[in-house]
Amino acid sequence: MESKKTWHNYLWIVSALYLVLGFFNILFAWLGLICFMVPLLIAILDGSKTYCNKYCGRGQLFELLGGKLNLSRNQDIPRWLRSKWFRYGFLIFFMTMFFNMLFSTWLVFSGVRELREVVTLLWTFKLPWHWANNSTVSPWIAQFAFGFYSVMLTSTVLGLITMLLFKPRSWCVYCPMGTMTQGVCKLKHKDYITKENN
Amino acid sequence: MSLLKNVAVVSKECVACGCCENTCPLNAISVFKGLYAKVDLNKCVGCAKCQKACPASVISIEKKEVI
Repeated sequence: MESKKTWHNYLWIVSALYLVLGFFNILFAWLGLICFMVPLLIAILDGSKTYCNKYCGRGQLFELLGGKLNLSRNQDIPRWLRSKWFRYGFLIFFMTMFFNMLFSTWLVFSGVRELREVVTLLWTFKLPWHWANNSTVSPWIAQFAFGFYSVMLTSTVLGLITMLLFKPRSWCVYCPMGTMTQGVCKLKHKDYITKENN
Repeated sequence: MSLLKNVAVVSKECVACGCCENTCPLNAISVFKGLYAKVDLNKCVGCAKCQKACPASVISIEKKEVI
C-alpha cells in the first residue's frame, strides 16, 4: 500500500538544487538558513519534530539514494554513533565550528581579514571556489556564504558516507539539527517526561 | 479478551526522526511530541517495515499481549 505523495515528498529536489546552485553562485548558500531556522521554530512553537519527520529534503535525498537507488549497505549503525554522548558531543562540536564560521564573517565585516574564497570540507580541506560569482555584495556577505556552504557540504558528505555504510537515513541519527530539536522538545515536554518516568 | 501478536517495540534510544512513521503502511507508528516513536498496538501487525527503515536500529518485533 503506497501512500499518496504530496508536495513535501519532493523537497529532496530543493536540497539537491541547493548543493548544485552553490557551484554557480555562492550567495545561494544563504538559503540554507531556512534549514536551520524552520526546524528550530517548529520545535519551539509547536513542540514537535515535524520538520525532520516530513519536510527534511536532505533526509529524503538520502532515502532516495540509499533506498530507491540501492546505494546503501543497509547495515545497523554502530551503537556508539547513536549514543547520547556522541549525538550531543557532535552537536556541541558542530555548533562550535558554526560559531567559528560566524567569527570569521565578523573579522571580514570589521576589515581585519580579507575575503577567503574557499569552501572548507570536513573542517579541514580547503577547496578553491573562486569561480562562484560573489562580486555584487559586501565581502562579509560572501564570507558567510562560503562558510555556510562549507557547513552544508560537509554535513552532506558525512551523510552520504553513513548512508553508504549503514542505513539510508543514518545521518538523521546524529544530525545536529535533529538532536537540537529533540532536545527542545524534551525541554518543552519536561512535565510529560517526568510524569511518564514516575 | 487479549490477543498475543507480533508488534513493533521502540527502545528509549529513539531519535524521533520519523522514518518509521513514513514507512508504516497502516499508520500504526508516529512520532510523539518530537520525543520518540509510539506504536498503536491495535493497528500494528508486526510487518517489520519500520524496523528495516529505522536508521538508529532501535525498533524490534516482539510478541505482546494486546487487549
